[in-house]
Amino acid sequence: METVTITMKNPPALYLEADNVSPDAFAGKTAAQIGDLHVYEGNVTSTLGKYFEISGNAGATAADTKIVVKGDVKKVKYLGFKMSAGELVVEGSTDQYAGGWMTGGKMLVKGNVEAFAGTAMKGGELTIEGNAGNYLGAAYRGDWRGMTGGKILVKGNAGSDIGMYMLGGEMIINGNVDVHVCTHAEGGKVIIKGNAKTKIGGQMVDGTIFVFGTIDVMMPGFKPAGEVDMEVDGIKGKFAHYIGDTGERHKKKKGQIIYGNLYKKI
Amino acid sequence: MTKTITDVICPFCGTLCDDVEVVVSDDGKQLLEVYNACVIGTEKFLHSQSKDRVTRPRMHQPDGTWKEISYDEAAEYSAQMLAKAKKPLMFGWSSTNCEAQSVGNEIAEITRACCDNTAATCHGTSLIAIQDIGLPSCTLGEIKNRADRVIFWGCNPAHAHPRHMSRYSIFPRGFFTSKGQMSRKMIVVDPRVTDTAKMADVHLQVEQGMDYELLDALRVAFKGEWLPDVVAGIPKEKIREVADMMKSGRFGIIFFGMGVTQSLGKNHNIDAAIAVTKDLNEYTKFSIMPMRGHYNVTGSGEVFGWQFGFPYAVDLTRGFARYNPGDTSTIDLLVRGEVDAMFTIGSDPGAHFPISAVKQFAHIPSVCVDPHLTPTTGVSKLHVPVAFNGVEVGGNCYRMDNVPIDCRKVVEPPEGMLTDEQFLIKVRDRVRQLKGVA
Ligand code: SF4
Repeated sequence: METVTITMKNPPALYLEADNVSPDAFAGKTAAQIGDLHVYEGNVTSTLGKYFEISGNAGATAADTKIVVKGDVKKVKYLGFKMSAGELVVEGSTDQYAGGWMTGGKMLVKGNVEAFAGTAMKGGELTIEGNAGNYLGAAYRGDWRGMTGGKILVKGNAGSDIGMYMLGGEMIINGNVDVHVCTHAEGGKVIIKGNAKTKIGGQMVDGTIFVFGTIDVMMPGFKPAGEVDMEVDGIKGKFAHYIGDTGERHKKKKGQIIYGNLYKKI
Repeated sequence: MTKTITDVICPFCGTLCDDVEVVVSDDGKQLLEVYNACVIGTEKFLHSQSKDRVTRPRMHQPDGTWKEISYDEAAEYSAQMLAKAKKPLMFGWSSTNCEAQSVGNEIAEITRACCDNTAATCHGTSLIAIQDIGLPSCTLGEIKNRADRVIFWGCNPAHAHPRHMSRYSIFPRGFFTSKGQMSRKMIVVDPRVTDTAKMADVHLQVEQGMDYELLDALRVAFKGEWLPDVVAGIPKEKIREVADMMKSGRFGIIFFGMGVTQSLGKNHNIDAAIAVTKDLNEYTKFSIMPMRGHYNVTGSGEVFGWQFGFPYAVDLTRGFARYNPGDTSTIDLLVRGEVDAMFTIGSDPGAHFPISAVKQFAHIPSVCVDPHLTPTTGVSKLHVPVAFNGVEVGGNCYRMDNVPIDCRKVVEPPEGMLTDEQFLIKVRDRVRQLKGVA
């Protein structure tokens, strides 16, 4: 695997849209060619090389390419956009749409990410060592297809509206989450190791949420359905089981109504 | 001698009353009296007559004073500012006519700006929900003639849309509602005991920020499923009673306002309210309508929608329209420091935005086009006063139910003053030259 390191040396006055920073876009290119890839600052199109120092050449394919992003990229959006293979490591924090629409490969952010990380993600692994913002793994605005596959791990906290319209895949939040989890979800699994607030699972059609900590207010559409012993992400425990959202539409399988599931550790 | 002009449209709130009468002086230069409009509408008409009105553009000087400049100089400054910016923001549009909005959109397209309207601080969240799950709606005329279940959720028309209840929603005697108020059941959902709530048959005093839970509980109740004993401070028996009351009507309407669009839950509250409306259509006929505030905020959404495909928070910087509130919405753009020029028209963000957003005005070039003196004109580098829309210039606007209505001009603006549209055309023509667009 070849490694390309890009280091921010000339930060933008506004924000950068760097939707070309992915193993897919870099694959088969030399450092100079990578420097010529487009980035956008507002309505001005310029090149990656204007803002970043680039060293190392990419591998022949995305799978053979690792990118390391150094320096202050807090004002850079779309890192890892649509990546399908290879690796991307962001040494610090970054802005919106980190790992958006990714279909494969591994992306690691050592700091925090802002809103819309993992938007409509289909596959691969997205790990955030700090905190994530709102709409993690959610659908893009107006779309009804959120995350459909892959895995997101957030070691810190996450914001609101995570997993909105989620259809598949898995999300683990080690910390706490804000309001609205898995709204309109029709599949997938979300594990919250910390606490949840209110409006969790609202309008959920299908899918599964686990909460290890507290839930401030339970949605009225979640009906108690007994207690179960389970092992979740390697942790054994007793969970209170709720099904819902009973106010929402649901599919039927073999004559049985399929509800979303919410498990709260007791 | 004076003249009375009838069938005048009130350009203040989204109710757009079309039965106002005004008395003007014989030469058509002075507006003397206003009939039929409510207090706030009357005030809007009379405000145009104030003697201390600013009638020429003014530049803020470094020492805090203002220097009068010509409209041509003002257009030059605005055009230069917009043409030079990497990410200009054009905000407002809700108190101007559709013709001016359309010219503004041309400028936004040439300069690749972000453009947004006052939905940013009121019904933008409704627009998000509408995109997510649709909107079964109707016109105010249908409500007047048919509605026997009227729900006001998080809105207080007694104060914000004073003639709404008398013209459309509660008191009028319509074709199928011949007993007026007696034909209708009125439900108000509001954490406060407002003057609207005092008139209601049922007032659900929902706990602050728990509207989403209450809406969900209603949906559960329609389906006859299990409910916890109390939801959002309301006992479950009451919720079931209200659910039955809604189901048993012949034609119902949910009006909702900023009490639900801007409280915790935001777009999800509206999403759930629309879902409630959809559910009710399995039993009877139900509609839902946002109580739009500014008289032509609806029109701005229509014009944005028609020209760019999205009703607010449109980002044209890449040469095509993108829409994702949170990224492309005005307050986020300002607070995050994403824009480098601000053009405001027909709105007063200085009074309504969070202070962290308003502070940004100080750091970037800014122009405010507004007939009034407002907190926004006060912090802008350039203030361009214009003729009053709907009083000194006519033009198209949209009522809250998306019905287009032509406003009427009733008096002449002060000598030499331009309208929004005339000023924007000057800016557009100059921007075209600067950007080399034919
Ligand atoms: S209700 Fe609204 S439109 Fe009607 S007169 Fe009053 S302010 Fe004007």
